[in-house]
Parts: sequence; C-alpha cells; structure tokens
Amino acid sequence: MAYAGSDRAGVPVTIKILVAGGFGVGKTTLVGSLTEIRPLRTEEPLTEPGTHVDVLDGVERKSTTTVALDFGRITIRDNLVIYLFGTPGQERFWFMWDELSRGALGAVVLADTRRLAGCFPSVDYFEKHNVPFVVAVNCFDGARRYEPKAVRSALDLESHVPVVLCDARQRASGRETLIALVEHALERMRRNAERPSRVPAP
Amino acid sequence: MSPPEDRWLDEDAGPVVRPYALIRGRTRPAGKSLDVIAMVITVRGAWPDPVDLEPEHYAVLRLCTLPTSVADLAADLDLPLGVVQILLSDLRERSLVTVHHPVPPARLPDPQILKEVVDGLRRL
Repeated sequence: MAYAGSDRAGVPVTIKILVAGGFGVGKTTLVGSLTEIRPLRTEEPLTEPGTHVDVLDGVERKSTTTVALDFGRITIRDNLVIYLFGTPGQERFWFMWDELSRGALGAVVLADTRRLAGCFPSVDYFEKHNVPFVVAVNCFDGARRYEPKAVRSALDLESHVPVVLCDARQRASGRETLIALVEHALERMRRNAERPSRVPAP
Repeated sequence: MSPPEDRWLDEDAGPVVRPYALIRGRTRPAGKSLDVIAMVITVRGAWPDPVDLEPEHYAVLRLCTLPTSVADLAADLDLPLGVVQILLSDLRERSLVTVHHPVPPARLPDPQILKEVVDGLRRL
C-alpha cells in the first residue's frame, strides 16, 4: 500500500488537535460530542508551581492540585487517527500547553460571546507559537448571536484566521469546526511551501 | 481476591499515592518525555526480568502488543500521563518497547493525508 501509515509497519499516523478557550466555554462538551470513545479525563498532579506565568501564592507546596486533561479520539481509517485534547483552562497550566501544542496540527479556540475575554490568552498563545487555529463561537442558549465579523474585529484576528459559529453539543457542528481547522492548516502549509520560491531571500 | 471490607486502604488514602509509590517518587522520566500521541509497541519476544517490574509495567506491555498511544495508555490504565511517561522510560531502558514519534503535520510524507482527514470527517 502506498499511504504513509504503511511504511512504519502498520503504526497509525496520529494527528493532534487542541481544543482551547476560557473556563466553562464548552471544551469538554466539544471533545465529548466528537470522540468515538468515552470522553476521557486524566488528572495530572500539578507538581511544579506553574512556571513563569503565574504565582501560586500559598499553594506552592500543595502537590495534590490536579489539572484535568480531556481527551478524545476519531479514527479516520485504519492507521489514521485524530486525537483531541482539551487544554486546561487556566493560564497557570501553560507548561502543559507547550508540550501539548508541540507538533499539533492546530487548535480550535472556543469563544463565548458573553465572556469573549476568556479566549484572549488562547488566541495570544497560538499566534505567538505559530499554531494554526480557528475561533469557534459556541452558540450558547440565550446568548446574543453575534456575526463572525464582529467577533473577528473584537478579537483583532488576522484576516486569514477563520471564525465559525458552532454548537459544541452537536456532533455535526463540531465536525464542521474541525473541517474548517484542517482546511485552514492545509492552506497555511500550502502557502508556506510556496513562499520560498516566490519571495527570494533578501 | 479479598472481599472489599478486608482492604486496609480506603478511598481517603487518595488516588495519587499508589501511582507515585509505583514510580518511586520520580516525577520526570529518564530522557525526553514522549509526545502524548507517540505510539508505543511492545517488542515481540522480549523477556522482562520479573524482579524489577511492577504490575503496571506488565499492563503496559500487554496493552502495547498493538500500537497504542501514550494518551490511550494513561486513559486505559487510569494513571496520570506523568506516571505513564515514567513507566515507559523504564520499559525503553530495558528495550521492552519501541516508540514511534508522531510526524509533525508539516513534514507528513504525503499532504494527501490531510485531505483524507477532511474527507473522513465529512463522512462522520
């Protein structure tokens, strides 16, 4: 067979996609509605005070603090599997983000228009680390609907970053969000591959 | 198996004690930690020395007779990722498992794979 999975003796090609966003924005729900296995949470003991980004006043010695990591799986075909990871919401867990985002295909940043600021840190993080991402506005019941355009300008996103509306509870909607992300990542790769030939080095 | 009332350990002992006793208090694996989506495979025909391995090491070896990701191992064994990383470093030191690191998306040998992902998602 000719596909890439086969040259590694039947070892699946694995693709990592992150689901990020503020606390309570629906990350666990989105992972849960897409995964083919029961959504899993592993509790990670927080053994280091959250590195540079936060001061854990008064809890420095509290080694039992745990951070939950949601995780789901989608098998595309034999030997091609997507893994979804819901990133821990609080910024003090960013040391875990570094590990998770390494080699990731991209990220879905969930946004709640009632608390849009909740997704600022995720947007900043992925911009800074050059991880392709889409912003998915989770349409909560009762939340006022905003046009993607308004969200884009409120978040000051670069024009190429897709903004989509989604309902994290609906599998079909979550699926569309992932498709938007993978297409965006593909497009970026294509652009990056073209760039050297078009723009000669100065 | 002893009946549950005979167990001297109760829920209050906390869930974290056992895993960290198992890895003897270590918090970092020897060598590089593995990506959560790295695939682990048990080396066929390898004979572990039963003296220096814990039941959890054997559980990993059993699960990884088929290629299994680090994240799946943590979930299946109900252990924190950090603990699984250390169990895996023990097994790698003893050449009982091999690890396939994930290929970064930009270096996938065939960009067609991502198109397949899109098509596969559409079929879900």
